[in-house]
Amino acid sequence: MDWFWSFPHMDDATLRELRRTIDDGFRTFTRAWGGTIESFFEPLRQFLIHAERLMLNTPWPIVILAIAAIAWFASRNWKIVLGSVLTLLLIGYFDMWEDTMRTVSMIFVCTVVAIALGIPIGILMSRSDRAQGFVNPVLDVMQTMPSFVYLIPVVMLLGIGRVPGVIAVVIYAIPPIIRLTNLGIRLVDKDVLEAADAFGSSSWQKLKNVQMPLALPTIMAGINQTIMMALAMVVIASMIGVQGLGQPVLRAINNQYFTMGVFNGLAIVGIAIIFDRVSQAYGRRLQKHLEIVHG
Amino acid sequence: MAEENANQYGIEIRRLSKIFGADAAAMVRLVEEGITKAELNERHGHVLGLRDIDISMPAGRIQVIMGLSGSGKSTLIRHINRLIDPTAGEILVGGEDVVKMSAKELREFRRHKTAMVFQKFALLPHRNVLENTVYGLEIQGVPRGAQVEAAMRWIERVGLAGFETHYPNQLSGGMQQRVGLARALTNDAPILLMDEAFSALDPLIRTDMQTVLLDIQKEIRKTIVFITHDLDEALRLGDRIAILRDGEVVQQGTSQDIVLRPADDYVENFVREVNRGRVVQVEAVMTPLAAGDAPAAPTVAAGTTVEDAMRLLVGGAQAEIVVVGPDGAALGTVDLRQLAGATVNPRKASDT
Repeated sequence: MDWFWSFPHMDDATLRELRRTIDDGFRTFTRAWGGTIESFFEPLRQFLIHAERLMLNTPWPIVILAIAAIAWFASRNWKIVLGSVLTLLLIGYFDMWEDTMRTVSMIFVCTVVAIALGIPIGILMSRSDRAQGFVNPVLDVMQTMPSFVYLIPVVMLLGIGRVPGVIAVVIYAIPPIIRLTNLGIRLVDKDVLEAADAFGSSSWQKLKNVQMPLALPTIMAGINQTIMMALAMVVIASMIGVQGLGQPVLRAINNQYFTMGVFNGLAIVGIAIIFDRVSQAYGRRLQKHLEIVHG
Repeated sequence: MAEENANQYGIEIRRLSKIFGADAAAMVRLVEEGITKAELNERHGHVLGLRDIDISMPAGRIQVIMGLSGSGKSTLIRHINRLIDPTAGEILVGGEDVVKMSAKELREFRRHKTAMVFQKFALLPHRNVLENTVYGLEIQGVPRGAQVEAAMRWIERVGLAGFETHYPNQLSGGMQQRVGLARALTNDAPILLMDEAFSALDPLIRTDMQTVLLDIQKEIRKTIVFITHDLDEALRLGDRIAILRDGEVVQQGTSQDIVLRPADDYVENFVREVNRGRVVQVEAVMTPLAAGDAPAAPTVAAGTTVEDAMRLLVGGAQAEIVVVGPDGAALGTVDLRQLAGATVNPRKASDT
């Protein structure tokens, strides 16, 4: 009755052997292909460095003005603009400007990568149920797998630094934009699609003229979620050498600096709120034609 | 007659059948052997959409397809531009079989030969009236200037001038369907498919839109296929009418044929409630004259409705009027009693 009380498992030696084989295999793979993969990601590294340099080398008043301008054009709401400027001023006053700029540039790059990959994958999913059946479980794994787990192979392959950080953040943050692009396109009114067909639209014209514009508010909600999740990963990414607001938080954890942790944490919250309000207001403005309804 | 108009695009539907289900092709023979819709559904799990439809739609005229919901009329109209693929049969448009077209040919056909108006309008909600109206031309790759010029002309023609920058949901249903009509007309295709285009509108606005359509049709002479469930609408618009029931054509002909000689009880039931005075023409009730006779009385042209003729008689002092043919020759005479008789359903009178 032994098997009844304790789960009959693979014997220890075999299990150890299995782990060692997989680890060795991966290590060999890393040695053989690490360089190639690293050079594959070189353009991404350049993009990261340039984005960061741009944010750091631009004088702070110009950065604040630029962010205020973006907030205005996206939201047309002076409250959001004022809130953004105030938040940035406070962050600067508490001497977190440089780390914030690093984080902002990192989030910017991650969001661009997530959009560039996520929207085409979402479109593909919306067009084929087989693609959807394949991608959906992958997204489930990406969202539930503890991020530390996939940090291990990424670090083994690419070492410590910005690029593995971006990869880890993108893996974590890309599912919402893929899912919501897929959903948005699938929810487009069948009648309108039929009309587009009846006028002889090609499938590209249908995508460009009907599906993407009508799915855009949903896609914007996906982008908003992606940005929020990317920000949530900042602290974890700092463990593999990504600079920015995550590093002081990490130091605060290690040394029990309560105030330092709170300040930097609040700075992350601050830019999260700015990103969120601005992108949501933009999403709402895209739907403006739906709001004014015939009396 | 306007037989010599430029529109060459008549539509010939031949032996068209549509069966919905996984193995439709195998069911065609059963349907040809005359299995009923209910049997096909029960025994084989397939739904009979259309059975063996033969309709010949003349170029430049309005063909109405009438039937209740579930009769297959919307399925039928979607076969003409192949939004639905048939299970068997041919659809010849201007001599070309739509069923045999490749995907690319079909796209070109839809762009240049057909335009469609939908029951639920199906406008693009993110585009304003002008941008909706140019859609067909934009798809064709017409230069922007020409797009806007054509669109503005039709926007004005359907009575929407000044609304170009409004979005669809700022407009009432009637106005939205005017946009739908302008969008279809801007395409300038010889065939106009209208799927219950006015069914979603209030009765008054519906009559209004019918008038707009008839007015425009006098100029443009399109081959119009108009789907409706409303017999009054069918009689008012249709040069020819086909009545559909359970996916089969029950009767086709002119409005006169339908009202005066209903093919069966089903059609008869429809016709009973109709205002016959507006449909029946004076020739149907007149007393024919021997050739050469020409009584001195006011005249009306052949083809005048009974109602219009009565209006003339009621206003004047004469007891009868003379019906004259297109060449001016007197064909017959009608008096008030004959005209009044034509407006009463004969069956009903004998019932009571």
